[in-house]
Amino acid sequence: MTPDLLDAGAKRLAEYREKHGAEATAQSGGQAASFARVVQPNVVDTASGGILYVDEVTVSFDGFRALNKLSLDIRVGELRCIIGPNGAGKTTMMDVITGKTKPDSGKAFFGSNIDLLRLRESEIAERGIGRKFQKPTVFEHLSVFENLELAAKTDRRVRRTMFAKLTASELDQLHSTMKLIQLAQQSARVAGNLSHGQKQWLEIGMLLMQKPQLLLLDEPVAGMTDEETERTAELFLSLEGKHSLVVVEHDMKFIGELVNGGQRVKKKIVTVLHEGSVLAEGSLADVQSNDRVIEVYLGR
Amino acid sequence: MTINTQPMLGQTHSLLSPMVRWGLLLSLAVLFGVIPFLPDFYVTLIGKIMCFAICALAMDLIWGYTGILSLGHGLFFALGGYAMGMYLMRQIGRDGVYKSDLPDFMVFLDWKELPWHWTGSEHFLWALLLMVAAPGILAFVFGYFAFRSRIKGVYFSIITQALTFAAMLLFFRNETGFGGNNGFTDFKRIVDIPIATPSMRISLCIISGLVLIAFYLIARYLVQSKYGRVLQAIRDAETRVLFTGYNTLWYKLSIWTISAMMCGVAGALYVPQVGIINPSEMSPAASIEIAIWAAVGGRATLIGPILGAFFVNGAKSWFTVAFPEFWLYFLGALFILVTLFLPQGIIGLIRKRSPKSDANKQESASSTPPPVAANADPQAQGSQA
Repeated sequence: MTPDLLDAGAKRLAEYREKHGAEATAQSGGQAASFARVVQPNVVDTASGGILYVDEVTVSFDGFRALNKLSLDIRVGELRCIIGPNGAGKTTMMDVITGKTKPDSGKAFFGSNIDLLRLRESEIAERGIGRKFQKPTVFEHLSVFENLELAAKTDRRVRRTMFAKLTASELDQLHSTMKLIQLAQQSARVAGNLSHGQKQWLEIGMLLMQKPQLLLLDEPVAGMTDEETERTAELFLSLEGKHSLVVVEHDMKFIGELVNGGQRVKKKIVTVLHEGSVLAEGSLADVQSNDRVIEVYLGR
Repeated sequence: MTINTQPMLGQTHSLLSPMVRWGLLLSLAVLFGVIPFLPDFYVTLIGKIMCFAICALAMDLIWGYTGILSLGHGLFFALGGYAMGMYLMRQIGRDGVYKSDLPDFMVFLDWKELPWHWTGSEHFLWALLLMVAAPGILAFVFGYFAFRSRIKGVYFSIITQALTFAAMLLFFRNETGFGGNNGFTDFKRIVDIPIATPSMRISLCIISGLVLIAFYLIARYLVQSKYGRVLQAIRDAETRVLFTGYNTLWYKLSIWTISAMMCGVAGALYVPQVGIINPSEMSPAASIEIAIWAAVGGRATLIGPILGAFFVNGAKSWFTVAFPEFWLYFLGALFILVTLFLPQGIIGLIRKRSPKSDANKQESASSTPPPVAANADPQAQGSQA
């Protein structure tokens, strides 16, 4: 990009911010305004409107193809539900995106500029992808408060944490997160003593403390009561738009609540995985009436 | 806001809580008020045990708090000991059996000059540097490769055990230049002051005590900081820590290296007090014993392993006089009993007996160590499709 274009862009950005406030950016997709700006190497660039691109990813374990040329494209602010029978490759897909498993072939990009296959787990998390595990994974011997404190987005290098002090804004964020996940009264409780559902919520809270742009949620309502499931659906719908969410679930009722709630009812896409690749993609109704889907998954 | 912020802000429990303050005063009083008047035998015994207590404390940081069981900490202890031993050998000067400038064992081996790695060993400061640098550098390099390869649990423990065993075999060889299986002994003086005098014994014992106290405070600071909470998080769920954005390699490596350096200092304090260092300190059993002290005292409590070191070694010095042949059986039985019935060690027992203050409950709850096998728990969730 040439310097004069950069200058012009900076000027337009300044004008735009004057109108819309200092926080306004043209980062998120779908916005009309676009400004010349420098793509920073470690900051996700979502100007194209996409937050996650998975392209023809193949993973095999000892000859077993867990993922077979899987392609996936998640838009900014989207809430995508992924379903599929056991062994369809849902968790492996998350492993690839979060850097736990390196694929044999294919590409995975976060935004248009961050190559996920080159980064370690911690680096990927640092760039803005949060992941919730199937089994709730919290720090059992630390309190709720401490769990959230560790998850907060700050400098995570050793020499910083040795002398770290909680700032007022972090404390505020902690309190609002604890309220959101309804654990404010339990802040001093040891996480290991929470109920299963509460642990799930704590883990979701920890994800939110990371301020990720993209949230990967692996069976987030497994083991929850109906009421907790409902509240979780509400929570996710409230995050839609602010974050991009990928939800892997078996619970069709929960999927139904996610798809039929929130703001973008019409646009929501459900992806069906089968044997490591995408079997069908489309609205929930389309997917549910798809013959092949009925055969392999919903089948009777 | 009405939610209770108190317990949360208070969780950086002050470094010098009233109990710690009283404990410090008491231990200083004992160090300066009682130690000088004890018989020689007890001065040396207590001094020795305080060195062991430093090892137990170091073990606690890496095992109790980070969940990494090292069975090779005896190596770091011995390296610190050898660093000090080299200096003490040079301090003998020409007062050795052979009246030579070279240490006796070199004369015996018919060596004409000091090997290269003895360079600088005549300086006390060099010894002080070496006692932390040697174990520190070894631990850093070893730990870097082990942690980078994600070696965990029992596999890590076995490798550390193999490491100390290999080092023992190396140090047994005369060619290595550390006195072979006899090691170093017959020390005459330290910083030009005769070493085998009561006042030197008392001084060394008090210094060991002061170092133990200093290390306790450092360890306390570390585990109370956010850094310490990350370590405990690694112990509980390392994958979660990784996916939260922490590069656990540097956390594990830093505490591993700090722990090794602490052991090195302990070894360097130990050698002038007992008057000998030889490769048996690197034997696998010696390292396992350090883990036993920590387990008996109570992992993931800082005071526990110190008490454990005193309890086990006190028992040892009595047993080996009263029933020498039964000591190892007793030690084995003790370890099994503690593992089965006292997962939190002596400290757990004390806390069970007196569940008085809430603060105490909170602390004990948040520092409950995982079951013994927890460090071997592969964080396997979410790895299968």
